[in-house]
Amino acid sequence: MKSGLSIVISREYLERVKRKSFIISTLLVPVLMIALMFAPALIMLFSDSESKTVAVLDDSGVVAPRLHSNDEIRFVIAGGESLDSARVNDGYDAILVIGQNAVEKPQESVTLYSHGSLTMATDQYVSSQVCDAIEDVRLKAYNIENLDRILREVEVDMSMPVIDIDKAEDTATSSVLSYILALVMDMMLYMFILIYGQMVMTSIIEEKTNRVLELVVSSVKPQWLMLGKIIGVGLVAITQILIWAAIIGLCSAFAMPVFAAMPEAASEPELTGALAQLTDVGFIVSLVVYMLLFFIGGYLFYSAIFAAIGSAVDNIQDASQLTSIATMPVIIGIVASMAVINNPTSDMAFWLSIVPFTSPMTMMSRLPFGVPAWETILSLVVLYISFMLLLWVCAKIYRVGIFMYGKKPSLAEIIRWARYK
Amino acid sequence: MDNILTAEHITKDFTNHRALDDVSIAVPRGKVYGLLGPNGAGKTTLIRIINHITAPDSGIVTFDGHLLTAADVVNIGYLPEERGLYKKMKVGEQALFFARLKGLGRKEAEESLRQWFDRLDIAEWWNKKVEELSKGMAQKVQFIVTVLHKPSLLIFDEPFSGFDPINAGILKREILRLRDEGATVIFSTHNMSSVEELCDEISLINRSHNILSGPVREIRERFSNNRYELGFVGAPDALDGCGFDVELGAINPDGFATATVTLPAADAVRPFLAAANQAVEINSFRRLLPSMDDIFVSAVEASNQSAQQQTKER
Repeated sequence: MKSGLSIVISREYLERVKRKSFIISTLLVPVLMIALMFAPALIMLFSDSESKTVAVLDDSGVVAPRLHSNDEIRFVIAGGESLDSARVNDGYDAILVIGQNAVEKPQESVTLYSHGSLTMATDQYVSSQVCDAIEDVRLKAYNIENLDRILREVEVDMSMPVIDIDKAEDTATSSVLSYILALVMDMMLYMFILIYGQMVMTSIIEEKTNRVLELVVSSVKPQWLMLGKIIGVGLVAITQILIWAAIIGLCSAFAMPVFAAMPEAASEPELTGALAQLTDVGFIVSLVVYMLLFFIGGYLFYSAIFAAIGSAVDNIQDASQLTSIATMPVIIGIVASMAVINNPTSDMAFWLSIVPFTSPMTMMSRLPFGVPAWETILSLVVLYISFMLLLWVCAKIYRVGIFMYGKKPSLAEIIRWARYK
Repeated sequence: MDNILTAEHITKDFTNHRALDDVSIAVPRGKVYGLLGPNGAGKTTLIRIINHITAPDSGIVTFDGHLLTAADVVNIGYLPEERGLYKKMKVGEQALFFARLKGLGRKEAEESLRQWFDRLDIAEWWNKKVEELSKGMAQKVQFIVTVLHKPSLLIFDEPFSGFDPINAGILKREILRLRDEGATVIFSTHNMSSVEELCDEISLINRSHNILSGPVREIRERFSNNRYELGFVGAPDALDGCGFDVELGAINPDGFATATVTLPAADAVRPFLAAANQAVEINSFRRLLPSMDDIFVSAVEASNQSAQQQTKER
């Protein structure tokens, strides 16, 4: 008899991909994500579009010329006007009054009057401009030559390469990049497990609610059914993520010029520095391969836990209470992996990466720092073997679950089950 | 006799009760075998053991002369009592899915599925979703899925529940046709009239025990208690003096009457007929066979009584 694995996989895959809910969520999620990406820019664009005019009444005579207007705030030097006359002038949104002693005692002599309250951004911009101006005036008072150049030369901007001295070649690893990579992979895994692991669970409950369980069990071995469901849903996940990536990629290709124009998008020097340092191509390739192996292993292991939950209960309501059994360890794993980043070679890090519940997450954050090969392989072997054991156990639960009034499976009985051919 | 399947001394315990206690059955090849019994007697458990879905605590099952293994399941078509279909799938795709799980190739499966759909007059459902079907319609699809891969042993658990008489008739016809083509059929039911129509042999299971087994004809004769029906013309009280246990039935105004007589033994037929012949004019005489309904009720009640006595004695 053919195992029926490929038939189960193709059914699970096609049934899900053809569903309306899949098509809608596949198209809607990128839209939402893009909306999320552009929302801040859009809000900025529309909220404070008109510029504010700030009248400056400067009694000190030195601050006002040093204030710089920008797109949103325009400083107007209101020479000769008094506070009272400026107050009734509709052209002014705010009046900045700078007293005679502003340079010596700014705290007491600078005041901003406004109609209604100003936005935080305006407030901050005005005060920073005044501060800069006063600092400038004060510095100038020391009469040091070439002060600007000296200041520029004093400024420090660097990121430090870290060289692994245990390796034959000098390979540069980067803690910043590692941290970001680990974080992204952990979060992806978490999402993956939450969304698609649950999908495996509901898929197993589906047989029970549709009363098709016995028909299926008499046609295909439960192990193959479980594996088929896990792989089928995994393929659905890959399909969905590829579509998302394509849509987001396309949209951001069009949107990139917008981003580049924004001053905030100026590249973080530390990050670009870190990227430039990662020159060891072999290291990157092996890193990605291992990360994918742990990613897949993590998905398989946790979806098998979800499968076991699905096998043990009769309906979704009962299952929702049990799902925390599966989601709690994932969260613990992510928290642990953040802790491990600070100390990737500790004993705790080692044990967390052997226990299959936490190993995918922990290893994500350890891998970029270089882990001994035997440890990586041990961790992977434990992970995949636990997955297979779990799969086998939940196949048994599934089959015994046909008898709702059945005995609780004792260890002896599970062994007898396993030997019953 | 050539048995396709035997179950010997099967015992199966659940947490609170014993579902099967030392049950043995032997299913002859090429026959329709009825598995009867009240609700909760253990029929479905026995069927699941035969289907290799669950394991017995003790006892053995043989299939085609060897111990039953997981590989034999391909040769068994099983229509469970608890049956449904994936609601969101289309009928044709779903039937194909199950057919392919049973090891048929895609093309082969589709061809014979189309044939079956035509034969049961449901060809136009192929592209409908299961949730649009009525219960009886879905049952037809399940029936096709069960028999499609031409297994040598077919097991139907309550196949007629949810069917109207017309469709039940179609199903009976198909079951007999499958038997005539060489398949062996086990079916479990409460519907005794269908047992009389279909079954060659039965086993009656009550309270986890097999209380009655054998060919239907033989069992009905065994339970007939030598009852006969006499049709005659004559005075109603003419039979009173013949010395047998006669119960008068309907009397027509034109003098035709029937009476039921219970004889002490099978060899009392001749003396009775001789006596009756002198008293009245005999029109007809035939043996009364009890219906399976009667046999079911009396056998189950007798077994329940003896079980109660046993517990009292204890």
